[in-house]
Amino acid sequence: MRDEWRGFKGTHWVEEVSVRDFIQDNYTPYDGDESFLADPTDATNKLWGRLQELQKEEREHNGVLECETEIVSSLTSYGPGYIDESMKDLEKVVGLQTDKPLKRAFMPYGGIKMAQEAAEQYGYKVNEKYNQIFNEYHKTHNQAVFDAYTDEMKAARHTHIVTGLPDTYGRGRIVGDYRRVALYGIDYLIEKKKLDFKNCGHGDMTDDVIRLREEITMQIRALQGMKEMAKIYGYDISKPANNAKEAVQWLYFGYLAAIKTQNGAAMSVGRISTFLDIYMERDLKEGTLTESEAQELIDHLTMKFRMVKFARIESYNQLFSGDPVWATLEMGGIGMDGRHMVTKNDYRFLHTLENMGPSPEPNLTVLYSSQLPETFKKYAAKISVLTSSIQYENDDVMKPIWGDDYSICCCVSATQTGKEIQFFGARANLAKALLYAINGGKDEKHKDKAGKPMQVGPEIAPITSEYLDYDEVMHKYDIMLDWLAGLYVNILNLIHYMHDKYYYEAAEMALIDTNLRRTFATGIAGFSHVIDSLSAIKYAKVKVLRDEFGIATGFETTGEFPKYGNDDDRADEIGVWLLKTFITKVKKYHTYRNSEPTTSILTITSNVVYGKATGATPDGREAYKPFAPGASPSYGAETSGLLASLNSVAKIPYEFSLDGISNTQTMNPDALGHTDEERANTLVKAMDGYFDNGAHHLNVNVFGTEKLLDCQAHPEKPEYANFTIRVSGYAVKFISLTKEQQDDVIARTCHKRL
Amino acid sequence: MKGMIHSLESFGSVDGPVIRYLVFLKGCNMRCKYCHNADTWAKEGGQLMEADEILDKAERFRSYWREDGGITVSGGEALLQIDFLLELFSKAHERNINTCLDTSAQPFTREEPFFSKFEELMKVTDLLLLDIKHIDDEEHRKLTGHSNQNILDCAHYLSDIGKPVWIRHVLVPGITDNDEYLHKTADFIADLKNVKKIEVLPYHSLGKFKWDELGIPYSLGDVKSPSAERVKNADDILHGRK
Repeated sequence: MRDEWRGFKGTHWVEEVSVRDFIQDNYTPYDGDESFLADPTDATNKLWGRLQELQKEEREHNGVLECETEIVSSLTSYGPGYIDESMKDLEKVVGLQTDKPLKRAFMPYGGIKMAQEAAEQYGYKVNEKYNQIFNEYHKTHNQAVFDAYTDEMKAARHTHIVTGLPDTYGRGRIVGDYRRVALYGIDYLIEKKKLDFKNCGHGDMTDDVIRLREEITMQIRALQGMKEMAKIYGYDISKPANNAKEAVQWLYFGYLAAIKTQNGAAMSVGRISTFLDIYMERDLKEGTLTESEAQELIDHLTMKFRMVKFARIESYNQLFSGDPVWATLEMGGIGMDGRHMVTKNDYRFLHTLENMGPSPEPNLTVLYSSQLPETFKKYAAKISVLTSSIQYENDDVMKPIWGDDYSICCCVSATQTGKEIQFFGARANLAKALLYAINGGKDEKHKDKAGKPMQVGPEIAPITSEYLDYDEVMHKYDIMLDWLAGLYVNILNLIHYMHDKYYYEAAEMALIDTNLRRTFATGIAGFSHVIDSLSAIKYAKVKVLRDEFGIATGFETTGEFPKYGNDDDRADEIGVWLLKTFITKVKKYHTYRNSEPTTSILTITSNVVYGKATGATPDGREAYKPFAPGASPSYGAETSGLLASLNSVAKIPYEFSLDGISNTQTMNPDALGHTDEERANTLVKAMDGYFDNGAHHLNVNVFGTEKLLDCQAHPEKPEYANFTIRVSGYAVKFISLTKEQQDDVIARTCHKRL
Repeated sequence: MKGMIHSLESFGSVDGPVIRYLVFLKGCNMRCKYCHNADTWAKEGGQLMEADEILDKAERFRSYWREDGGITVSGGEALLQIDFLLELFSKAHERNINTCLDTSAQPFTREEPFFSKFEELMKVTDLLLLDIKHIDDEEHRKLTGHSNQNILDCAHYLSDIGKPVWIRHVLVPGITDNDEYLHKTADFIADLKNVKKIEVLPYHSLGKFKWDELGIPYSLGDVKSPSAERVKNADDILHGRK
């Protein structure tokens, strides 16, 4: 065995690229508690202090510290950058996206117009020459997509029945197996890719063979570029990492390559914690690393993840508020052999929230099971109570589908690390589709050139009765969902074809198997509102109010009806039906590169924007008001307490929504217990029950409305600088949300009993 | 038989061990000045429900209870519906559900027919949360409109039969937040042999809006919540640390 692998066990991972086997052969489960953890070092305090100053400056500059306008971002286009030039020797992990901290790179390949607009919005002007280069000499992804869109697709995009499409920036959600850089070194990975190239096709140049050959070559070039990039910082990553410090640094260079070349909506880090722990354990045993140094490495790596930035345009910020990058990073989980995968490093990553305070990034995710060690569950819950910065996902439902080495590739979606990629895109607005069913495919908000309601969906006969009839609505809704599923799948087919062609993720793909699995991740919005609307139509009387064009603009509902979020099967079954119906329709269509279709019920902060584009719905939601986020019940609909709400969400079968079912709950500290310890214990019990019921995801917030109101009124208070809250699938600093989104968060019911 | 229910709540974490399903019964004789559930006072106006109906609902949350969770019946004053309570807890035990009674014990008496029913009830009650409003009888009358003698007697009875209780004491500035009274309360508690936990609950005015809605004048208008320091002081005294 190579010297860098001294002390490691196993054979398969030595012959083949298989980090999963390396982990299973070598990791040390940790059953103890958090008492071993170390405080931040002086270096950590100094660097984090400096970074906080920079973040403050950034906030004072309208949220952007500086934008690059001259140099197009690539692996090697920027010189070395440090948090602070004068303290660079303190940085145990180095490497920035550009030559300066928090400076946003110029990334035009997704769309030149957007890159220019983003810079201009913050008072910067991109060099004129790029106009010509990217409009005349080189096509961008954005231009290519619009070259091919149909009128119908443009109309659907315009009215927001399909929203959040990755047609102006990187699609993201592709997680390179960055651990490979550390375990194998770049040279070995190049060697393996060269072998794949040699074995690609048997001579017949069909388009899939041609495409793959071209892609492998691009990947090899990216691997060579990574070596050059590391050299800028004085490192040679051609060989495997020799110790924990190198492993952390090598791995980070792999991730850095991704964020220098792609501005995807989600740029996950992946399942790195247990992997890195193996190196830490070896160094601790060899006596070359202390616990304080181990924590310092994790703190410094985490600091880097807290610094990832992209230049975004205003409309993007409205969809995904608070500058998120979804540097998602996992802990916990249970292996196929039944051993839990909690290591000391899982504690160290959670401990960064104590050492450096709460933070939205990295998006720390605990792969939860009631079978995890009680000590770890309690520590995670304690950190949740203190920081509201963690999300939990059910390993027991994900493991049978994705194995024991999956990463979360966005907010909540699982993907097998290094074996799989995801074609992701946007959400279909199912609440708007319900209105289209009632209004004969006409949009309730947008007018055509003649000033009449825009015909977007199929021109079926509108419903004209005064009171809505359940069977009639269901019949027409089915037609509308058929149309929407087909249109949506085809928009995504087109987008991903162009993305592969014009904005291929060579660096990330270089760290993923050549022969990989692809999923096709659709999504839905307006879930709870459709359920409650259909329930109202079924169990109460819904009268339609129409405008002069016959478009339903409002609804008057009389009588009681069951609502989603109260553990009432009558309502919850409608939700299951809706999800199953939609994914079944999606699956009827051809999906790009024979990817496997999935769907999700998660909306990030975009629930505000989707709601804004959607008229009043029969459940009583007013026109243009926010949707409930993700799979969460509607605001005010839950009247039976937290557990009833959790039970409703837990009924949604994960098998129909393999891309994720996001649920956000805010609990008042007083409702959880009198002391932090009691609160953590209660939270563990609640999550044990919820996840044993088969639920997929939970965002846990622990604070009262008073704190939100005070923070909104006094954002300048130092204690609010890093005040983090969980929203659908990610965490965000409350002060970086728009006023509208802050109000939305405040309006949501806090679960609290006096 | 049916009970008169004020409300049900799927998630209670501060009313008994672990996670509890909470059942609030209607009706209370006391008129505590700081009551945060004034809307439960009236004996009528609730929803009539069968014991099994309630337990069916509660059991949907069994997965959250683990070993120690279960149901907690509160109020109002649950003992005013002792016949219903007896049926509810008996059936709960048949279903292997842990039972907890949150009470001020104001209806307690050693006289019949109440007492033998209470004896029966204690056979199917796993834990009591016993609220001692004030140790001084005169002050107790001022605060609640009733004497505390039978309540303290109840505490002794429970001690004699070895029934586990948590003692709860609401700390109200100017009323119960007084070292002399606190020491007296501590002495009383020290004599009991069945106390598993002592909880000091700081007064808050979050239930005041209910008084306003009911059109009842709230006499503690200006009283603030006690400081963390005073809460700790009370906690230390009641636990015999001071």
